[in-house]
Amino acid sequence: MNKKIAVLALGVVFVFLFVGAVSLHPFGEPDEKGMDDYFIENAQNETGANNVVTSVVFDYRGYDTLGEATVLFTAVTGVGLALRRMKK
Amino acid sequence: MKEMSKIVRTVTNIIYSFIILFGFYIIIHGHLTPGGGFQGGAVVASAFALLAVSYGALKIKDMLKKENFSVSECSALFVFIGLAFLGISTVFFYNFLTGGVIFGNIPSGINPGDLNTGGVIPLMNVAVGVEVLSGIGLIILYMFTGSKEVKE
Amino acid sequence: MISHFPFIAVVILIGLGVYALMFKRNLIKIVIGVTLIESGVNLFLITLGYVKGGVAPIYTNAPGTNMVMPTPQALTLTSIVIGLATTALMLSFVVLIYRHYNSIDAKNVRRLKG
Repeated sequence: MNKKIAVLALGVVFVFLFVGAVSLHPFGEPDEKGMDDYFIENAQNETGANNVVTSVVFDYRGYDTLGEATVLFTAVTGVGLALRRMKK
Repeated sequence: MKEMSKIVRTVTNIIYSFIILFGFYIIIHGHLTPGGGFQGGAVVASAFALLAVSYGALKIKDMLKKENFSVSECSALFVFIGLAFLGISTVFFYNFLTGGVIFGNIPSGINPGDLNTGGVIPLMNVAVGVEVLSGIGLIILYMFTGSKEVKE
Repeated sequence: MISHFPFIAVVILIGLGVYALMFKRNLIKIVIGVTLIESGVNLFLITLGYVKGGVAPIYTNAPGTNMVMPTPQALTLTSIVIGLATTALMLSFVVLIYRHYNSIDAKNVRRLKG
């Protein structure tokens, strides 16, 4: 009984994901590219870096990088707290 | 965990410095080629994992110390936040070092890249790279020496 | 439907991850299921930004100026690092559970001690 409900739930998840995947835009023709066209045009003038992805990560969206560094620091603190060895 | 055989230890002694050098190359050239702080930091941390696996858990505590990693991680995070706050006159995270004599002209179009353009971005790459490599190195050290050891 | 093939691959990855999360009893296999779901989501983010006939968005010796979208690649970088943090914390909790209960079967670790 429990096994049948679990298999039915997995089937429902699969059907949802599949219907969502085939109703997206075709692979290779995205819908709206306005913001990324602005980034590709003006990234060299405003930031001075040749790599557009690095200038997006550190200049246009630098706040997300600050949050990510905080998450990494918190994870290291958590692992160091969980695996301590107490001296007897 | 026991240490590995003599062949593995000899090859590790030769190779681990090249892996660290390649990782720092990826970190510094982050504004010209694909890469940057996070990717280069992960490459350098894999060199520490190689050292830990081939030397065993009893000897790695003398070679890599936890206090050095902890100090370098915290100071690199302070440098990163300080660089973000220095351009606060215009907006948070402003790039305030472009143009001028030392930092060269701003490139345009398709060109082979110069190393000194880019303003404040290479300094941020170095800060994030040091933070990621010491953070992942700390995770590896804690997981290696945190479980019960088998003394031979 | 044949033009949506990378999205179908993402659906297969996420489906296998959910199956390993629901039906397995070993704690390490559950952690592997969560890692599979994270990998599927990262692949989905990158395949959203592809432009047909585009090259990498880097100006150093580029073969042209028709570039793919750079924003999903920046978001995927952040997502990979967060996946690493999640996996490291989950594995350290598995070590703590083994030290306390002496087994990693998910049916034996149900008591809440006060």
